[in-house]
Amino acid sequence: MSEVVLNTGDTAWMLMSCALVLLMTPGLALFYGGMVRAKGVLNMMMMSFISMGIVSILWVLYGYSMAFGKDLGSGLLGDPLEMFGLSAQIAPDSFFGTIPTSVFVAFQAMFAVLTVALVSGAIADRAKFGGWILFVIIWSTLVYFPVAHWVFDFDSGESDPGGWIANQLKAIDFAGGTAVHINAGIAALAAALVLGKRSGFGREGFKPHNLTLVMIGAGLLWFGWFGFNAGSAVASNATAGVTFLNTFVATGAAMLGWLFVERVRDGRPTSLGAASGVVAGLVAITPSCSSVNPLGAVALGAIAGALCALAVGLKYKFGYDDSLDVVGVHLVGGLAGSILVGVFATSDAPAGVNGLLFGGGFDQLNRQVIASFAVLAYSFIVTYLIAKIVDKTVGFRVSPEAEAKGIDLSEHAESAYELGGTRGGAF
Amino acid sequence: MATMNLITAIIKPQKLDDVKDALSAKGIHGMTVSEASGFGRQGGHTEVYRGAEVTVRFVPKVRVEILVAATDAAGAIDAIVKAAGTGSIGDGKVWSIPVEEVVRVRTGERGIPAL
Repeated sequence: MSEVVLNTGDTAWMLMSCALVLLMTPGLALFYGGMVRAKGVLNMMMMSFISMGIVSILWVLYGYSMAFGKDLGSGLLGDPLEMFGLSAQIAPDSFFGTIPTSVFVAFQAMFAVLTVALVSGAIADRAKFGGWILFVIIWSTLVYFPVAHWVFDFDSGESDPGGWIANQLKAIDFAGGTAVHINAGIAALAAALVLGKRSGFGREGFKPHNLTLVMIGAGLLWFGWFGFNAGSAVASNATAGVTFLNTFVATGAAMLGWLFVERVRDGRPTSLGAASGVVAGLVAITPSCSSVNPLGAVALGAIAGALCALAVGLKYKFGYDDSLDVVGVHLVGGLAGSILVGVFATSDAPAGVNGLLFGGGFDQLNRQVIASFAVLAYSFIVTYLIAKIVDKTVGFRVSPEAEAKGIDLSEHAESAYELGGTRGGAF
Repeated sequence: MATMNLITAIIKPQKLDDVKDALSAKGIHGMTVSEASGFGRQGGHTEVYRGAEVTVRFVPKVRVEILVAATDAAGAIDAIVKAAGTGSIGDGKVWSIPVEEVVRVRTGERGIPAL
């Protein structure tokens, strides 16, 4: 083996990718915040923001070690104590590939921050803030860190076998269709089931209070997602270029797919549909951006956009209040993107694998399905238990009075807007 | 017998400027305008968010209030109705009620001189 050499180009791109991915969390806060009613926007945004505080500390203490530490056996979990506190990882001769280990640690931290924040959209307007904080701590520890190990911890070639999905199953999940989106999407369903519906769900429409925030949020997510996907190359190379391009075109196609469904079903293409289609496309191209060609990315994006547009109606049919459609967008989009790798993958793309359409048969498709449903089952069961525990201990749901008054006032003693009238402005 | 009237008009927001101009032409130079919402026969409208229909029962309107001498009331009402009309549903309503007393806060003038 040749001596590891630091590559400054790779390092520069990865530092930038870290910042891009971090921006996704405030972007998500805007995307979600605009969709709730005016009396709950601050709490909605705080559920995302608080993750940047809590998860970063967990990551330093034991999170990175659980995800990327030496495998404890069977590819299920890294050793939480091996890199506790990350003191060895800041050494000048500590490298991950061609970049300083510290940069890789920071990059992966951003994923952990974002993933739990995604879950919050399912429980808008009714979760106790203290309960959410406890949920963030336990869920990151018991669900995200292990699943990130399964999917993202590749065999280091020595005595460490790494995570089972990455190394034994060899499913392709380039940037987290399973570990991030299926994981957060199904966790959102479990959390929504434990918390129950918002009062008035199904009887009254919950109108988004500010769709311009939603569109700004979707724009920032798209921008940040280039770091999420192309940064997952962990290099400034052709793979980063291909994944960047695929991330762009699949997202555009997904927006059109969503709007097409709306035009046919509801009569009008909507701005909320455009923003949602963008996110659905980003979700679907996340696992698949390294394994498809640009035409495949367009097809995959369009399918995911249309599927998610149809899936957001399921909550009314089945009666669960996934308030901001984390299930419809992240679970369904994550499943579509992860599984369609097995269909649209072509060996021309950096991953070098052929799917069903390119003569690869069902082999890769099977791996994709197994990985998707393994993450789905584990996350659903463990999340359901965690949410129940939070609910039985500190309490997860605010009182009906607090919910009626508005969660911004009851949980934060604030209101988002002073737009004149006797409650503010000139008086 | 009251000598003054309060005219209240609920109109479409886009007709506010026309109504203001029509009243100015009649020599009426003061009004109070507030944003209002409500419904009449047209009964609101439907919006769609991610495929879910939301019925907006209350439609945005503008409420115009003017104080006039009783002798001017009929002419002012006619001017408002003419200026606010589009011929379609939801054009609004105008009504008038007698007013016992009006005082200009700055000078203490009462009655017609205070208008």
